[in-house]
Amino acid sequence: MSFLSFFTRGRSAPVARDRLQVLLAHERALGGGADLAAVLQKEILAVIARHIAIDHDKVVVKLDRGERVSTLEIDIEMPEATLARH
Amino acid sequence: MSRVMVVTSGKGGVGKTTSSASLGAALAQAGQTVVVVDFDVGLRNLDLVMGAERRVVYDLVNVVQGDAKLPQALIRDKRIDTLSLLPASQTRDKDALTEEGVGRVIDDLREKFDWIVCDSPAGIDKGATLAMRFADLAVVVTNPEVSSVRDSDRIIGMLDSKTRRAERGEKLEKHLLLTRYDAARAARGDMMKVEDVLEILAIPLLGIIAESPDVLTASNVGCPITLHNPASAAARAYTEAARRLLGETIAITAPMERRGLMSRLFGRKAVVA
Repeated sequence: MSFLSFFTRGRSAPVARDRLQVLLAHERALGGGADLAAVLQKEILAVIARHIAIDHDKVVVKLDRGERVSTLEIDIEMPEATLARH
Repeated sequence: MSRVMVVTSGKGGVGKTTSSASLGAALAQAGQTVVVVDFDVGLRNLDLVMGAERRVVYDLVNVVQGDAKLPQALIRDKRIDTLSLLPASQTRDKDALTEEGVGRVIDDLREKFDWIVCDSPAGIDKGATLAMRFADLAVVVTNPEVSSVRDSDRIIGMLDSKTRRAERGEKLEKHLLLTRYDAARAARGDMMKVEDVLEILAIPLLGIIAESPDVLTASNVGCPITLHNPASAAARAYTEAARRLLGETIAITAPMERRGLMSRLFGRKAVVA
């Protein structure tokens, strides 16, 4: 426990409120529909797969929802062999 | 004119069934004719909370499927005769209820009762969507806790899109019932305050039910708290909520932190045996 956390101990309610406000802003934008990250991942991978053979087990997708900016990070490992052919 | 009210939440265990029974009983005590309908097919519990578990013969599924007539399935409360229960079935068949069948039963109930209180199952599946489908108004039961608030937000979105009223572009009143509220923890900053939840969900507040052992006692003995212990804070809060539903304007009093003599004398940090 840090020195600061001694004083802020037990003040978890504002954290809960802030986390919810950020999260719900995103979820409302999606209208309770399909998971946007999952849809994006599927469609982006489909485009890449048309040109390069992808091993789906070697794809890492990360989503970070910030208050102002969100990032979708897609990490695709491409074997040397597939690149050599292009 | 009768009103169909769904009691819903998304999340399980927040107090839908307790609130359905208590609001239903409080409305009946106010002179209204009320039926409380258990939509939790497969996991019926409203009968138990209302103390009618040994009187269930037919249920909602039997009526929807035409195996029983509505009057055969309705169970009249022994303590207050303007209150009835339509129990859920214990069948595991999830498709036992159809939209047409439920709509027909609701129409029949509208002819007999002032209030049709639909106790929704948890989740956002067919059972929950059917429970809200024909509602004129909704009570969203929420605990001041992150997962409950998130699920309530989701349910509010469904009320605005999946109900018949929403599809017809008609108004569907939504009310927030905040349950299991602990004023002392909220004051310490350990629990979201009423204002926090209201700001996030942005629907009007119907009432605040403080966390209380009286609520568990009432369900233990199978009697809605407004009948079992009318003087308790929870019963008074439910009774006032019911009167607000009937159009009365009553100011909402936030539950006060209850402090014993020792803590009154020595402040919050006193150790009370």
